[in-house]
Formats: sequence, C-alpha cells, structure tokens
Amino acid sequence: MCVEVETVLPEIDLSELDAIIEPYLGRKEMVIPVLQKVQDHFGYLPRPAMEQVSRRMRIPLSRLYGVATFYAQFKMKPRGRYIIRVCKGTACHIQGSPKISGRIEEILGVESGETTDDLRFTLEEVACIGACALAPVIMINDDPHGRLSPDGIEKILEKYS
Amino acid sequence: MYEKHLMICGATGCLSSGSNLVEEALVEELEKHGIRDKYRLVMGGCPGFCEVGPIIVVYPDEVFYCRLKPKDMAELVEKHLLEGEIVERLLYKGPDVVVPARFYDTIPFYAKHKFNVLRTSGIIDPESIDEYIMRGGYRAFTRALSMEPLAICEEVKEAGLRGRGGAGFSTGLKWEFTNKAPGPKKYVVCNADEGDPGAFMDRSILEGDPHAILEGMLICGRAIGADEGYIYCRAEYPLAISRLKIAIRQAEEYGLLGKNILGYDFNFKMNIKEGAGAFVCGEETALLGSIEGKRGMPRPRPPFPAQSGLFGKPTTINNVETFANVPLIVKEGGVLEFAAIGTEGSKGTKVFALAGKVRNTGLCEVPMGITIREIIYDVGGGIKRGKEFKAVQAGGPSGGCIPAEQIDLPIDYDSLNKAGAIMGSGGLVVMDEGTCMVDLARYFLSFTQKESCGKCTPCREGTKRMLEILDRISEGAGVPEDLDTLDSLAASIKDSSLCGLGQTCPNPVLSTIRYFREEYEEHITDKFCRAGICKELFTYRIDQEKCTGCTACARVCPVDAIKGEKKEPHEIEQDLCTRCGSCVEKCRQDCILVVPQGREADVSN
Ligand SMILES: Cc1cc2nc3c(=O)[nH]c(=O)nc-3n(C[C@H](O)[C@H](O)[C@H](O)COP(=O)(O)O)c2cc1C
Ligand code: FES
Repeated sequence: MCVEVETVLPEIDLSELDAIIEPYLGRKEMVIPVLQKVQDHFGYLPRPAMEQVSRRMRIPLSRLYGVATFYAQFKMKPRGRYIIRVCKGTACHIQGSPKISGRIEEILGVESGETTDDLRFTLEEVACIGACALAPVIMINDDPHGRLSPDGIEKILEKYS
Repeated sequence: MYEKHLMICGATGCLSSGSNLVEEALVEELEKHGIRDKYRLVMGGCPGFCEVGPIIVVYPDEVFYCRLKPKDMAELVEKHLLEGEIVERLLYKGPDVVVPARFYDTIPFYAKHKFNVLRTSGIIDPESIDEYIMRGGYRAFTRALSMEPLAICEEVKEAGLRGRGGAGFSTGLKWEFTNKAPGPKKYVVCNADEGDPGAFMDRSILEGDPHAILEGMLICGRAIGADEGYIYCRAEYPLAISRLKIAIRQAEEYGLLGKNILGYDFNFKMNIKEGAGAFVCGEETALLGSIEGKRGMPRPRPPFPAQSGLFGKPTTINNVETFANVPLIVKEGGVLEFAAIGTEGSKGTKVFALAGKVRNTGLCEVPMGITIREIIYDVGGGIKRGKEFKAVQAGGPSGGCIPAEQIDLPIDYDSLNKAGAIMGSGGLVVMDEGTCMVDLARYFLSFTQKESCGKCTPCREGTKRMLEILDRISEGAGVPEDLDTLDSLAASIKDSSLCGLGQTCPNPVLSTIRYFREEYEEHITDKFCRAGICKELFTYRIDQEKCTGCTACARVCPVDAIKGEKKEPHEIEQDLCTRCGSCVEKCRQDCILVVPQGREADVSN
C-alpha cells in the first residue's frame, strides 16, 4: 500500500558536477565510470545532471539513458537513507529469502525497488553477496545480517531510524 | 619483528558474523596489556570455512580458532599470547571430531582439500606484495619472460588447463589463437563479473590473493603479445576492487608493471573497470561491450574475441580462477605437477562454493573428479538437521540439478555435462527434502528472464512464456500439457538464442523435469507441494500425537495463528495462517506437517 504524497525534492546542486566530468572529457568509453561517480555524488541520477553529462560529454541524452537503464546499479529516483538489500542468491532462496522479503514488504508497505514515503528505507534485491553460509542474508547499507527468520526482522529494522 | 601473526578473516561471510567486532575487541585487549606492537593483525582472505566464522588463525603456531565472540578475546590474549597455552574452548568442535581440532589438517572440512589456487588465501596479507613474493610469487612470470611466447601457450595446453568460468575451453589453445591473430595491439581481459547468484569463489581469490591474478594476466600478456589488460570486476565487490588497486600500485612500484619490465622488451599496463550490475555482462562479448562504455549486449560469434575483441583488437578473456591457476603451471616443473591432479579430461583442482542445506558451508578447493558424495558428506559434513539429501544444483542458472541417485558421480567437466548440469563457475547448492524442485526451476528462470538483455527474441519472449507456465504450476493452475510445452519451448530457446545466456537458461527446468517429473505432476494433478514451498499448494498441520505443547511455535508466529495451552498439543487456525514457515524452523519435535489443502484434519495423512 503506497500513499500518494507530494514529495518535495531537494534542490539539485549541480555546482560540483563539472569537476566530476572533467577528467573524462573526450573519452566516451568512460561513460559508465562517469555515471557511477555522478550517482556516488547525488545518490541517484537526477535528470538535470544527466542533461549536463550529455552536453559536456557530447553523448546524446537518449544514448546516455540507454546505458543507464541497462544496468541495475543505476537508479533514476532518489533513495532512502537506508538501503535494504535482500539477497536473492540461490543459497538464500532455498533457505527462505522469499519469506524474508515478504515480511519486510509487509512491515514497510513497499515492494522491492520502492522507497518508503519518509525516505527512510529503500528495498532492493541483490544476487549473492558471498555470505551464503549465513543464508538468508540481508544488507542494510553496509551491515550484513545473516541467519534471519521472518519473526526477527522487525527488531532489526528498528535499529535504523 | 612481530612475535606472532594473527589472521582475522575479513571476508563477507565472517563480517556478517561479526569479525570486525572481534577485531576491535582484540585490539582493545592487546592495548590493555600494552603489547599491541608485538603482534601483526591482518584482516585477511577467507580460509573457506564460513560456517564457523568469525575465524582467527594464529601463526606460526597454526592454531585455528573459530565461532569467536568479542568477549572471547580477553582469554585468547591472556592465555594464548601471554602464557603460550592454547585455548581449547575456542577450537573447532563438531560431531565429526573427537578431540577439538587444532589446525586445518585435523578438521574434517579440510581433509579432502587440495590447496592450489587458494594456496595463500588466509595465510598471507593480501595487501602486501612482499608476502606474495616471499612465497614464490612472480617467479613464474620471470620465467615466462625468458620463454618464447608460443612455448608458454604450449605449456598451458599441455598441463590441460580448461577455463574455470563457464564452458571449460582449453586455455592454452585460446591463447595460441590470440597469439596468432595478426595485429600489433592486443588485450588481456580478466572476467571478474562472477554472475552466478550462488557463488563467491572468484571474489575470495580476488580478495585473498590479488597478485596471483595480476601474475596470471602478465604471463598471458607475454604469451599472446599483449601490452594492456583490463580486469572487469563487479561493483558489488568493493573490497576486491580496493585490493586489486593496491596490488596494481605495488606491482608498478616494483617494476612488474610498466615499461621494459625487468629489463625485457615487454610493457604492460593494467586497468580496472567496475561492472554496473548486469548478469549478461559476464558473457564475454557483452563484457567487452561494457568496457567500451556501451549497453552490455552480446554479439554473434564468430568473430571470436581472439580475432576481434576489445576495441576490435585480438583479445584473450579468461576467468579469475583460470588466471590464478596459470602461475602454478608456468613455474619450474609446474606442468607435470598440475597435470598430476584430476582426471583424464579435467586437470587440476576446482574451487567450489558449497552452500545450501549442508552442515559445513563455505569454500572448498578439491581435485577434479571428486564425487558428489565426498563433497557433501566428507567436506560438507552431511545434511543439516539430519534430513534426506535430495539433489545438488551445479553451475547456477546455466546448470542443472543432479539427484540423489547419482551421488557417486565424479565432478568433472564431462560427467557433469552428461548429467545435464555444467561445471559453470563452481557453485554447488545442496538441497534436501524441504526444497521444491518446481520452485527451484522457477527461481532460476525468473533470474535469467529478468537478466535477458532483450536483443534476441527466443530468449526475451521464450523465457517469459516458460516462466508464465511455471508460475501457473506453482500456483495450482497447471495443466498436464504444460510439461510438453515447456520441453518444446526449451528446445527452441536453446537452439536459436544468440548467446550463452539463452542457450543455457532452460537447463534448470529441463534437468528438474528429467529427474523430478513426479514432483511436477504432483503440483499439476494433486495440487500439492510436498516440500511446503508453493504457498497455494499445501497447509500446515500440527501432529497431535507428537506435540508436547512447548509453545515455541505459538510464540514465534507473527500473526498469532497458533493456539493451545502449555503442555497441551497446539493447533493452527487456518484462516489466519500465512504459511510463513516460522513455526517449522522453531519446532524441535518436527511435528509441524506439510499436508495438502483441505486435509488439515485428516489424521491418517
Ligand atoms: C550469461 C553468461 C554469463 C557468464 N558469466 C560469467 C562470469 O560471471 N564469470 C566468468 O568468468 N565467465 C562467465 N561467463 C563465461 C564467459 O563468457 C567466458 O566464457 C569466460 O569468461 C571465459 O573464460 P574461461 O575460458 O577462463 O572460463 C558467462 C557466460 C554467459 C553466457
Ligand atoms: S546466496 Fe545469499 S549470500 Fe550467497
């Protein structure tokens, strides 16, 4: 269940963008590293920033979005303060990760790929994070949590406010 | 000089069980006793046994401490470091050992291991080139510099090394093709995209022994006549990327990368590219496209990368583990040593990521040709909670399952292919009676369907249609013709897809139908999922004879659907139950049964 609210987007400050693009000018093959750096800076790829990258690197905006939307890493919308990544790897799947994501969706009222209205959590999926021995596993920002069961989720989420 | 080295596993598995907290506590204890500078602490590579993490190994005593908690550090410091007495309490104990085991050679998990690729992982500091060199590192590269390029290809061919990233093509032959391709500019590319969503051995090698990859790539560069290399690494592996960067910087400082390396007429420049999260970019032509800054779409082969690869130049692309094997072969006497391990058609060792329902999970490196039984029962210590072994999935989303009847199958390229699976990158996921094979097939197909790049129709549309059918079956709306439709769709997708993703993605469906047809039929005709996974196709019932009324299930149920007095058999209110399975995990008497819907009250079931 997702309530429609006016989300007031923070003003996008593009002042540092040129410095990010600068080292890559004239090197179109470096477009993925540029987008990675832009996303590191803003947390996602805001439209005005994409337009500026397009102009400065002389890559058509459509091509730029073509690349950006191909890769799962790039996000077009702002994300929450805490990114919950539910491992959807094989080991986690057979140890019950669907039940874990089900429980998180229930608690937060968002589905995978969505952000809570208060911009607190974004729910995402990842493939194997290399902690299969502790399946099922989730990461919240950089903290891994392993050996989970559906009933323990609520307590973990409470720690992130 | 340090008195001792303490290796603390800093890989993801141990980090998730809190190895960073253990390290903090250790530092605090050392400082408390004023002996911090006597000990070298290394957050090192993975010793493999993730199940019992966090792990600390104390050198030179070679004592393996496991399942550590921050509060154990006081005792470790006071007893072991200060008084020289081993802390028995923190050694490995398991159902498979009589006395607590002190080191690798006495821990059953390691008994079948043959450390080749992982020879230094967990032993040396991955951020120190000196430690790598001290253990014989870069010696094979120095030897290669003095050899004829084609002679290097010949040695790798003779050793019988086959690619560890997928199809198992002869590495030496691939190098020879690139060597013979015309043109002054050539590239070496390392595929560190590790896309199989149940595997993490490449990551462990990258994090634990980054110089071995550089050395393998340098030898390849010499053999094919390339002067530039790219490592394409998943962005999800930040630690691997940072260690590679350190390794490259150190190699440059030591003159092992750069111009006129060690005085020879040989130059080499190394670059790192971070992937951006697309499974198909593990496919070699898509990966090259991605390095060039494009959408990672595969293109038809031929021309193969050996003729026309990165930026249109002849390119050799190999997997991480393939490169890590190379220095072992090219060193003095390495060919014979390497070829002495393994089987006729599959030489050397293979690193597997063992996961799922086995007792001991983690990484294991074993000789090719080892049987599934040995992996599951000797290395893996058997199935968790004494359940029945059902099947093992080999090769991830491109592979297939191997059922319990074939438990004595040797694991090598050719036997696995014959059984309908593949070696792939070496993910082994073990399943027990609680795994639903229809759900497993659906899981893999939904993964490949999502990751299909959409360029060719059979893969884009075909996987969608197959997934719809599997969804229907697992929701209880399957019809008997579905199995034939799946078969024929699978055959056309395999035949007509452009790249390996489409050509292999029906494998998990085909192999589960081949070995577990009756389970599909049960879903379709009886509308029952015996494993208790497909939510629409079962309910839970508490065995009234066995239940002791311990209330564990009632307490854990998130929707309060379990009712009953203490010490009296409990019951489930079916209207409330969401079949989340929390109670099944908690019940120690195994008295929560999976039964067909509508049979909740049927005691004879
Ligand atoms: C869909 C798809 C995904 C792949 N993913 C990987 C991967 O993650 N890592 C890898 O080394 N090879 C992967 N491969 C295999 C590569 O295309 C290529 O065969 C391999 O890197 C060659 O190296 P090797 O000969 O050393 O195995 C993949 C292939 C396909 C079709
Ligand atoms: S499958 Fe989840 S960590 Fe590997």
